[in-house]
Amino acid sequence: MLEIDGLQVAYGAIHAVRDVSLNLADGELVTLLGANGAGKSSTLMCVAGALPAAAGTIRLEGQDVTTARPEVMARRGVATVPETRDVFPDLTVDENLQLGAYIRRHDTGGVGEDRARMFEMFPVLAERSAQPAGTLSGGEQQMLVIARAMMSRPRILLLDEPSLGLAPTVVDQIFEMIAMLKDSGLTILLVEQNASKALAVADRAYVMRLGRIEAEGTAAEIAAATDLKALYLAG
Amino acid sequence: MIDVLSLGGAYALMALGLVIVYGILRLVNFAYGELIMVAGYTMYLTSGSGLPWLVMAAVAVLMAIVAGIATDYVAFRPVRAKSVTAVLITSFAFSTLLQNAALLFISPRPRNVPLPEIFSVTVQFAGVITPARNLITIAAAVVMLALFSWLMRRTVLGIAMRAAATNFTMARMLGVPANLIISSAFAISGLLAGVVSMLWIGRIGAVVPGIGLEPLLIAFIATVIGGMRSLQGAVLGGFLLAFMDTTLNFTLPQDLLKFRDAFTFSLVILILLWRPQGLIKGPASGQRT
Repeated sequence: MLEIDGLQVAYGAIHAVRDVSLNLADGELVTLLGANGAGKSSTLMCVAGALPAAAGTIRLEGQDVTTARPEVMARRGVATVPETRDVFPDLTVDENLQLGAYIRRHDTGGVGEDRARMFEMFPVLAERSAQPAGTLSGGEQQMLVIARAMMSRPRILLLDEPSLGLAPTVVDQIFEMIAMLKDSGLTILLVEQNASKALAVADRAYVMRLGRIEAEGTAAEIAAATDLKALYLAG
Repeated sequence: MIDVLSLGGAYALMALGLVIVYGILRLVNFAYGELIMVAGYTMYLTSGSGLPWLVMAAVAVLMAIVAGIATDYVAFRPVRAKSVTAVLITSFAFSTLLQNAALLFISPRPRNVPLPEIFSVTVQFAGVITPARNLITIAAAVVMLALFSWLMRRTVLGIAMRAAATNFTMARMLGVPANLIISSAFAISGLLAGVVSMLWIGRIGAVVPGIGLEPLLIAFIATVIGGMRSLQGAVLGGFLLAFMDTTLNFTLPQDLLKFRDAFTFSLVILILLWRPQGLIKGPASGQRT
């Protein structure tokens, strides 16, 4: 479904991503692991269209989307949850969800249904639907951003560090939700530093170090490879 | 009181037109004053056509909107991705270009603009005698502010524009097209400039190439007082500035009156010393809690 080949991303002279090739099959949950600064988030933002690729290709269902703008990627079914969470703090929870459905705003019936479904899944969001999103707690904001991404009915979800800075119980909740989304047939690329949690839900994993893919395999293989611990924890 | 409300209404609309573009692009559109000029000259050029005033005014406002969108296409879009400085300079250049076009093709001297009777009569309202144009200005400001707030709160486009003002990239990743948002901001800016132009010309009755300078300055100061990023701040700043101007008009002794602007600006400096970010801070961009 998604194929990345020889991807490079640079910020001026600094090469954050030097050589990344990976692929996602339909319905698969693939996790991209690695220490801080390994280039995981840059890879993800580049796929989302928010960062330009310096070299390499990105293909979505066989079509070259390397230079596609972020709004085009969204229309093609790629929903992104960035690391910085990025709720629109002065918009209400409801308005945030409404914007999530921007690409299918003319399908008011379907959007309404999805909104009701999200509120069912996250009762706390329903309670606070009229509140500005900036007043939510970190965990609630994370739920809102994932719910907002789902409002576009994506085919691929790009999730960047959904557990970052959250309390352990909230992290468990978020991972339960990720497992649920996977069961619904959604294709997910999950970037994580919390390797054990990510490997527990993933089908396959890639490990990044200094802008390159250092290892890949099934989640079980990667989890069993003890030397990798040093690789992705020590960076 | 009516003076404050009417002047404040006009100032608030000017400020909103500037801040709607600034909020999204982080860039002061220096060609904003020229949108007001464009609407003014449209009035002058159509004055011989014998159309009813309202139709001419509608055409003038429409021209301001077109000029606003043209600003985006000519001055902003080609260099937007390059650097902020480049865009700043093209916005200045576009402003100068429009002004000089007016100088060259029309005239450096003031041109009379037709005004309907109602702008020059005075009426008695709530016990005071006031020019009817003040009441018209207040009414227009109320209508425009209501329309603007409905647009920003109730329509998907408005919500998307508010979102883009805090985090443009995230809005784009939800599928909101950047060009649409920016062009819409310029169109709304043009609409406000057009309406302001009608009200402003209603006060002075003529149009000159430099007509946009004072509204631009006022809008700029009002947004600085109110907070550059906040739409409510722009409105508040507009009314506050009008309040200061009007109060000084009444209280300053005759021989100090010509220094009114110096007093106004001193007050602006005091406000900024007290609250450097403006009275209303506006949305912090991408802040996490």
